[in-house]
Amino acid sequence: MPNENPSPPSPLSHKERGGTIANSLSHKERGGTIANSLSHMRRGRTRWGVHLALIVVCGLICIPALYALQLATLTFDAAFRSPPQLFPPGNDLVENVSALFTRLQFGNLMLNTTIVALVVVVGKTALSLLAGLAFVYFQFPGKTFLFFVVLLTLLMPTEIILLPLFRMMSELEWGSLNPRLALTVPFLASATGVFLFRQHFANIPRELAEAAQLDGATPLRFLSNVLIPMSWNVIGAQALIQFIATWNAYLWPVLIVQDASQYVIQQGVRSASSSGGQTDFGLLMAAGIIASLPPLLLFILLQRQFMNGFALTRDK
Amino acid sequence: MEDSPRFERLWTRTVLVGVVVLSAYLLITEWDGFVRLAAWFWAGLSAAPQSLSNIAAYYAALPFAQLLPSLIIGALVGIGMTWRTIYHTAQPRPILTLLGGGLVGAFSAQILSATIQHCTYLPEVAAAETIGGWVITALSAMMFLVPYWAYLKRAPVSQAGYFRQRGLAYAFLAPTLVSLFVFLYYPSVQTILLSLNARRFPIRTEKFVCLGNYVSLAEDAIYQSSFVTTVLITLAIVTLSLAIALGVAVLASQKVRGASIYRTFLIWPFALSPVVTGVIFLALFRDGQAGLINYVLTSGFGAEVSWLRTPDLARWVIVIASVWNILGFNILFYVAGLQGVPPELLEAAAIDGANKPQRFFSITFPLLSPYTFFLLITNVTYSFYGIYGVVDALTSGGPPVGPAGIYGGATNVLIFKLYEDAFTPGAPIGSAAAQAIILFICIAGLTLFQFRFVESRVTYAE
Repeated sequence: MPNENPSPPSPLSHKERGGTIANSLSHKERGGTIANSLSHMRRGRTRWGVHLALIVVCGLICIPALYALQLATLTFDAAFRSPPQLFPPGNDLVENVSALFTRLQFGNLMLNTTIVALVVVVGKTALSLLAGLAFVYFQFPGKTFLFFVVLLTLLMPTEIILLPLFRMMSELEWGSLNPRLALTVPFLASATGVFLFRQHFANIPRELAEAAQLDGATPLRFLSNVLIPMSWNVIGAQALIQFIATWNAYLWPVLIVQDASQYVIQQGVRSASSSGGQTDFGLLMAAGIIASLPPLLLFILLQRQFMNGFALTRDK
Repeated sequence: MEDSPRFERLWTRTVLVGVVVLSAYLLITEWDGFVRLAAWFWAGLSAAPQSLSNIAAYYAALPFAQLLPSLIIGALVGIGMTWRTIYHTAQPRPILTLLGGGLVGAFSAQILSATIQHCTYLPEVAAAETIGGWVITALSAMMFLVPYWAYLKRAPVSQAGYFRQRGLAYAFLAPTLVSLFVFLYYPSVQTILLSLNARRFPIRTEKFVCLGNYVSLAEDAIYQSSFVTTVLITLAIVTLSLAIALGVAVLASQKVRGASIYRTFLIWPFALSPVVTGVIFLALFRDGQAGLINYVLTSGFGAEVSWLRTPDLARWVIVIASVWNILGFNILFYVAGLQGVPPELLEAAAIDGANKPQRFFSITFPLLSPYTFFLLITNVTYSFYGIYGVVDALTSGGPPVGPAGIYGGATNVLIFKLYEDAFTPGAPIGSAAAQAIILFICIAGLTLFQFRFVESRVTYAE
């Protein structure tokens, strides 16, 4: 789900068990108990049932996407034919995709969106790392209050401030002249990120910081040489979530970007559905698929890291 | 990935170089934009003394009868809530702490009260506005009380492992704080201010109407219908997505061969955007024989349904599309939660003679409640805000309900109506801002409820 503010839930009481998503994915057998050997006896029957049920559910979840894939291979007319051509696939996938890249400039839109998403991801990570460092490794007057100032923003979704933000962007002329800045700069601070890194740093043994101080390391060197190398899982999970959220963002780009050459990819998908009178479903589905490939590929490639980073236990 | 420190350092360095290159690229290509931001920021800073003297002038001119209730409510909330909070903790000077709470509350109450210009304490306003004013004042009082309590309850900390350069800490926090103030706090206050103004019909200037926009929203038939629609759609999405996800997660956490592959196939749709979800379901549910659903219905039952033109069905299509979109996210977290349920507990219950459903509802489900509440919040947030893309791609808020559509569109959910109202020419900006604030209160209330009650109560056997 493209929610950019996931704050992991509180721990189950049995946190020492390590109920992390990572653990759940590596399905180790817990051996040795009576109950286990009981379930071994019933395995033959239940296992096939479980496989069957899982295949059915996976199939149901994949049907809309398979249908979209099939439509993407059809011409304008074939997509409206009845009964629908469900098999075999048509021959027009390449044509539909190339139409996207020539007529709707999808290459350009993907480049725009990639730059925007990368800037947001990098900015959020950098700002959150610095804030986490300040909250965990420093003592200073007003720390509690400033932390609350960050905490309070968890309650403020960006959707409610888009109106005055839009006015601000018009004053700055960012919407017309620097849409890239309008899409990124307002969203660089992240309360979720600050929390995640604060929590992660708090779990790192304090001896490391003491040792770094004895060695005379500056805080920034400590961050880059000790903390960041120990945080790649968290950084990766956070970055992936932010990348997907930014890539999938629609409402703010629609409001802010007027110039078609500066569109983001979601606007491209929307414009593929409304170009001309009748909707060209082949083209539209191809657009949806192309627009979904980057986040999907990233998710599948980084699945394991992603789940490691979202360890749901809040051990102290 | 190789886990050697050398590799990690190399990797860190590569990423840092990439970050520097990206920042340099952005700085060079968008330099003029940054210059305008700096000028805008500087203008804002130079106007700060003027704003301060404006506030002073405002308080000097404010009738005492209007100011007094906000001070009293703030102080009462401060003293009462502080007493509740420190009752359990030993304080060296309880009376002083309570008085401090009163002062903090009275001061903090002024933040929102002054924003709405103490207008609800005028004698001639309606009862609803007066009560609304009390609530606003009490909420405002909490804004500084919460950090005050955190300060009272702070634990003594050791000096070990802290860097001594305090100035640096502020420097590290500055980018986050400045960004939050400029792009979140400032626009939030602006939204409140906007929501207090309305444009009376013939005149184009805006006029201060206190909570008038909220009152007229409450009486507006289209807004009521939009609110009900949102609540119904949200209820349906949340119930269905949580229930289905829990069922699928139980299935997916069985120890079978290829479980991780199944999980990937179950989870992936959450990486799709609401817009893409919308267009895929548009193809599925479109009119005529070409749409998959109508084709199946016709060949199976001989009936064809106009899904997106029938009000109730259009809502269901929105619900189904949204559930499909967020289901994977819920499954992901439920699978993680199920993994944390201790098998000993289930075994013990089995030995005591509890059957499978009994074990599930009396052990597994309660242990999952932190996950359920977390998912509840994220799913409600999705149904309130994220749904915009789905609605925009599928129905654009239609089809109309009631004679001549007097109740607006059947899928005209709050977030869609808000942006229709805010960005059409001649739009009622004040009303749109009030809608934004109402949406905010709904989500913030739910989140606070989770923080305050759920986090403290829903853990067992600790």
